[in-house]
Amino acid sequence: MNRFSARRQNWRKVINIVMLSFTGLATLLVVTPLIWIIGYVIREGLPAINLQFFTELPTPVGVSGGGIANALVGSLMTVSLGLIIAVPVGTLAGVYAATHPDQPLGTLLRFGTDVISGVPSIVMGIFAYTLIVLPQRHFSAFSGGIVLAFIMVPTIVRSTEEMIRLVPNSLREGSLALGAAEWKTSLSVILPAALNGVITGVMLAIARAAGEAAPMLFTAFGNPFMNTDFNQPVSTLPHMIFVYAIAPYDDWRAKAWATALVLITLVLLLNVAARLLVWWRGRLFKSLK
Amino acid sequence: MQSPLQIQTSLKENILDSENQNIKMQIENLSIFYRDFRAVANVSMTIYAKKIVAIIGPSGCGKSTLLRSFNRMNDLVSGSHIEGQVYLDGEPLYERNVDVVDVRRRIGMVFQRPNPFPKSIYDNVAYGPRLYGVNRKSDLDEIVERSLKQAALWDEVKNKLHQSGLSISGGQQQRLCIARAIAVQPEVILMDEPASALDPISTLKIEELMHEIVKDYTIIIVTHNMQQAARVSNYTAMMMIDEQRAGRMIEFNDTNIIFTNPKDKRTEDYVTGRFG
Repeated sequence: MNRFSARRQNWRKVINIVMLSFTGLATLLVVTPLIWIIGYVIREGLPAINLQFFTELPTPVGVSGGGIANALVGSLMTVSLGLIIAVPVGTLAGVYAATHPDQPLGTLLRFGTDVISGVPSIVMGIFAYTLIVLPQRHFSAFSGGIVLAFIMVPTIVRSTEEMIRLVPNSLREGSLALGAAEWKTSLSVILPAALNGVITGVMLAIARAAGEAAPMLFTAFGNPFMNTDFNQPVSTLPHMIFVYAIAPYDDWRAKAWATALVLITLVLLLNVAARLLVWWRGRLFKSLK
Repeated sequence: MQSPLQIQTSLKENILDSENQNIKMQIENLSIFYRDFRAVANVSMTIYAKKIVAIIGPSGCGKSTLLRSFNRMNDLVSGSHIEGQVYLDGEPLYERNVDVVDVRRRIGMVFQRPNPFPKSIYDNVAYGPRLYGVNRKSDLDEIVERSLKQAALWDEVKNKLHQSGLSISGGQQQRLCIARAIAVQPEVILMDEPASALDPISTLKIEELMHEIVKDYTIIIVTHNMQQAARVSNYTAMMMIDEQRAGRMIEFNDTNIIFTNPKDKRTEDYVTGRFG
């Protein structure tokens, strides 16, 4: 090897180290605030968390104890209602968009979901307020669920579409060549093949919807008491964070941190659960006799 | 053995009948277009029941396009249309009132790359029968076993029917796809270079199984492997591309004649390996 090529090799090593440092630095820049935020929430929130925090209702100022049982139930109600609406609508629309890319309706759908996902969630809240709350003349968990469905649908549609596009066309042809109709092919071959990705998309949508506070101010409104009636207002976790955090009492602010910690943990658990489900499905599929 | 005289009389008596019975498909002056481009031009051929027909020719001469028009898979390509007609048992396939689903049930297809569904081996084979309303477990069990046996795969997978169809080897996957096609008991099976992605031993197995199932099915196979065409087929169609880049059938005859005494100079050049 002559000196010239050795020099080039050294230069290449230098460039490699520099580029690696840049990418590493960028990664650090992303990860640091993430860990910082989570660490801070844990530090501030953990002391206020005990069993009562999950089982009791909020207490008036000055009264010790109290928890977020109402908000846990409220979040569960609104997010579940949103899911029940958004998952079938979103996945089916995603299937349509992926299998009919040239149709005007598919283009319209893509455009529509892009626009909706760009609309600030507070605008969605006002929209639902005008559409549901005003005619009904009262706030309700129902209207909150509808807003969350609106917020979840675009994410689910787009992720479903992307995942289905990744399914090889040969599978689709294999099914059609057996005489299966298009819808049958989509539902029983293509959607299952893309299921892991679709579930991930749904999880992302839940995580986003579960953290929405702004639209809840106009719909589910908030409720310091326990309520399981879809026709009555409920409190939700993000709304509870908002109420506790803007209060001028140290006790309440600690509860805001604690609620935030609960919300983050729940979303994380949901994500882990989804991954486990996907993994378990794969395993079950291989080992079942 | 029949004496020539006997054959003569029986021919006289049954000439129409026997011909009608034996002809499975007829392709009549078929041209296939992608928008304005004519990919296949003026193909006519007669396909006899329970025989293997091979379609050979150089790459890009429209073999696959032609094959995919036989069960209307080309319909899936937007902008494709045809002129001419394809008949199955004397009934035209390209008519307004023809149900494509029914066409594809009667004319099955095996693709170049094995494409088992991401389901269990059992569910792969049962997929077709379930489409047509077979739901009783005992019936499905029977169909799955019979189809896998016909596809010479049963012994290798009978203990792992509920494992993923993707967990077996490529050659096994292709035989699974053949079993899946057989399960709906089609009349014709189209094979689009079914062994081109497989190793020689798997290829041999596929060819053996073709010889086995041709007792019950009519098979049309596209292959770029001339030895394969010579080994497996009863009839061979030779395709070439013309000056307008349209695929044309230049010769269609008994496989023996195509490989030993072709009428067309281009066929002779191709089968003797002088080009292609």
